[in-house]
Parts: sequence; structure tokens; C-alpha cells
Amino acid sequence: MDDLYREVIIDRYKTPHYRGRLDPHDIAFEDDNPLCGDHIAVTLRLDGDNRVSAAAFDGHGCAISQASADLLMESVVGKTLDEVKALTKQDVLDLLGIELGPVRLKCALLSLKVLKAGAYGLGEANDELVE
Amino acid sequence: MTLDVARIRQDFPILSRDVRPGVPLVYLDSTATAQKPVAVIEAMNDFYRHSNANIHRGIHILAEEATALYERGREHVAKFIHAPAVKQIIFTRNASESINLVAYTWGRANLKSGDVMILTEMEHHSNLVPWQMLAAERGAKLAFIPVTGDGLLDLDIYRKLLKQNPKLVAFTHMSNVLGTITPAAEIIRLAHAAGAITVVDGAQSVPHLPVDVQSLDADFLAFSAHKMLGPTGIGALYGKSSLLEAMPPFMGGGDMIKAVHLESFTPNAIPHKFEAGTPAIAEAVGFGAAVAYLTGVGMEAVAAHEQEIIAYALERLEEIPGVRVLGPSAGKKGGVAAFVLEGVHPHDVAQILDHYGVAVRAGHHCAQPLHEKFGLPATTRASFYLYNTRAEVDKLVEAIYGVKKIFG
Repeated sequence: MDDLYREVIIDRYKTPHYRGRLDPHDIAFEDDNPLCGDHIAVTLRLDGDNRVSAAAFDGHGCAISQASADLLMESVVGKTLDEVKALTKQDVLDLLGIELGPVRLKCALLSLKVLKAGAYGLGEANDELVE
Repeated sequence: MTLDVARIRQDFPILSRDVRPGVPLVYLDSTATAQKPVAVIEAMNDFYRHSNANIHRGIHILAEEATALYERGREHVAKFIHAPAVKQIIFTRNASESINLVAYTWGRANLKSGDVMILTEMEHHSNLVPWQMLAAERGAKLAFIPVTGDGLLDLDIYRKLLKQNPKLVAFTHMSNVLGTITPAAEIIRLAHAAGAITVVDGAQSVPHLPVDVQSLDADFLAFSAHKMLGPTGIGALYGKSSLLEAMPPFMGGGDMIKAVHLESFTPNAIPHKFEAGTPAIAEAVGFGAAVAYLTGVGMEAVAAHEQEIIAYALERLEEIPGVRVLGPSAGKKGGVAAFVLEGVHPHDVAQILDHYGVAVRAGHHCAQPLHEKFGLPATTRASFYLYNTRAEVDKLVEAIYGVKKIFG
């Protein structure tokens, strides 16, 4: 329990650093987790080298989904679009520093799914993006 | 009539397990599915050990025993809801399939473009989506009885909607989120006066309240075994004989026919007309055993116990700062307490409750429109049954204080 709700997760849930929607932006995508109704919207700004210069997320959901979105946004600033596309499930778990069962894993990975669907310019998010 | 809950708990093996070493299970998720007494588990075991065979076919002794046991299950279920005749009970997979059966057969045969069906805003998706599908197919319209702020149905609006001459009124007898016990007899009386037939979603009421289809005058009643101490995979549809006999079959296959030729068939009599293929035989035996167990305890006593537990739970929950329970006050609801805890998402609440061994559900509980109505994406739901105790309510409250501590 203490592991799952680490201080960083509670802190980022209560006072996120990257919450909002960038306007203008170069990339925007949003999606839900239909099982629990969690919703994440991601907006990114890119510089001339296709590097993320600013990132933000908006939406609602549990502490795990919101904290992972906030930590993920922090981690992508400065990355190239190709590096963003290459992010994996393990990268998110490393950011959170916890292990999750199959149900909560979906909460944690929603933001990555939305981010990668946006980065690839896909019309829809699918689970293969976070395998 | 007070239940000997300590004695009842001994009949449910799962209730004595620890969820983790030293953490006993506090099962408060019976609205999702109920736990099973030894009587049900043993009845199904005995069936497979001693009597397993296909039914309505073989001449051998096992086939005869299996058929008799399956039909005895039907008899138990019919008696439990006071059906006039055993043949009025159709076995399905669950309450959802029971409702779909009515939509696909009665609905397709009787609904035409422009016809109106009345539902309520508090329906489970299973008593909403089948009618949406039927409405789309037939060009029919849906109208909804609104839910008031305190979780009751607005019957004044219902009376106005009835002026549209609806063909059908489908409603829940007990909300799986708000716990609201709806005035079913009154809703049905008004529907009949307007010329509509009624479909009652009894998935929550039949397990928890004495239900008498004759005094309700219900045309159809749908319910599931697994929410009333029985196995998953089987449910029932009760229907008035005149309606069931006039309805076309649901699925085609073995057992639902009287005679088959290459180009045509003659359907079997009810209830077999609606039971194509080999049914869930052991599950019917288990369903019968579950109903016999509940009858032995007495449904009046079950309902009275749940009234006592929910009243206590509401009192304890409402004293926690930041907790808001949805739905009507005690006395107007069954043993369901869906709540929100300010500043904490229901998934996080449920996760931390699980740490205390307390099993609850978090989400929209298959009633998304109802949650939208209240402006909530999700709630945490604790639900109670005949085996729950006041001490378990206390454990729930202690665990919610644990959540508040973590989230500061």
C-alpha cells in the first residue's frame, strides 16, 4: 500500500506540475479508459528540430493515472518525437517506481497511449502502443 | 425477525478466508455478485459426481435424473417469485439475456415505427441498451422517467409520459447504484391503465426482497442466479403465459422445437421454446439450491437484516467528513451505499480499502447515464447481503479513514 501510494504519486496527483492545455500546440490527442471513465488529453509543442519544447496534460481520473501523466509530461520535455514514439510501458513504470496489477496498469498507461497516438499522428489510440 | 448472521456466515466458506495473511475478507460487493453457500456448491458437485447427463433426450437413468433435477430447479425458482405456473420460468444466461429475449421476440413482433417505450434514468445498461437497439431497428422512441435529486423516480412526469400511449414500460425494481426500491406495483398499474406491458429488472430486487409477480402483476421479470447465492451462467425470465405463448422463439436449435423439416420447424411449448441447445444444467441445480437456501432463511428476514445494516452504514458513512452517499435515505433503499469521498478518485478509494481486506466496487457500475446525471464519472459502492455484519461496516469506516490519511 505504502509502495503503491508513494509520496511522489500523491504529490503529483494533488499538485500536478504539467496540468493544462497548450495553446497553440503542434500535437494534441485525447482518449478515455472506457472501463473506468478516466480521461487524458495531451498537448505538445515542438521546436525546429522536432524536439518537445513544452508538454501538458488535462483530464480526470485516479491518482495513478493522473500522477503518471504528470511524470510522463515532465520526462518528454527535451525529447525528440522519435524518442517519444519509442517510449515503453517500462519507462512509465520506472517513472512511477511501483509495480501494478493488470487493472491498475491500464490507469498508469493511459497517458502513454494518448501521447504515442498523438506522436504518431494516429486517428485513434490502441493498446499495442503500450505493449 | 433477526437473522443469526454468525450461523449464516458458517455456510459461506469464502467468508472465512484471509485476503492476505492476517487480513480477513470483508466482502461488500454482493451487488456485483453474491458469495455461495455450501448448499449450492455441494448441489452442483453432487450433480456432476452422480447425475451428469444431457436433459430432455436420453432414456437412461442419468438422463432421467438430470432432467428431473434441472426441472426441479425451475420449480424452486417459480415458487420463489410466486409464478402461477412453473412453465412461466425460462432459463437464460443472466438477467441481461432475459431482457434481450423480450426485446428480440416480443419487441420485434410488437414494436413499429413511432412507438414509444418508457424507461427510467436509473437503469443498469442491461435494461437500457437492448431497448436502444430495438428502438434503432424499429424506429421507435424512448422516453425516460427522471430521477430526482434524492434518488427517487418522478412519478408525476411518468404519468405525463403515459399520455404518449407507450407500448412498453421497462424499469428496475431496485437500483444497483442508488439502492432505490421503486414503487413497482404502482408503476405497473399505471402502465397497464395506459395499455403498456411491463418489464421489471429484478436483478437486485429478487435477491434481496420478497418478490411476488402476481401481486405486482408484472408482465415480465428478469433476474440472475449469481446475485442471489447461485452460480454464474444462469438467469431467469418470468413472463405471463399469454405473452410467452404468443411470442416467436428467441434462438433456434435443439430442444426449442416440436418438429423440424428441411425447410421449416414447429416451435416447442413454453418454456422450452425459448431454451435452444443444451442449457446450463448444473447451474440450474445450483440456482434451485440457492433459492431453497434463501427460502429456508426467509426473504422477509433477509430484507429486514439488510434494512438494519444499511441504516447503520448510512449513519456511520455520513459522519465521515467529505463522504457523500448517493440515493434516498434509509427505509427507501436496499443494502447499497454508493458514495464519493471528496478529493479522492473511487479507484484509489477501492484500492486502499482492499488493503484493509474490504472488497467494494468502484466505477460507474454499468449505469453511466445515472452517473452523468449526478455529474460524477464514478463512485465507490459498498453493498450488503444477509451475511454482512455491523462489524464489517465498522471496518469499512476505519478503512475510509485510512484513505483520508494517505490522501491527507
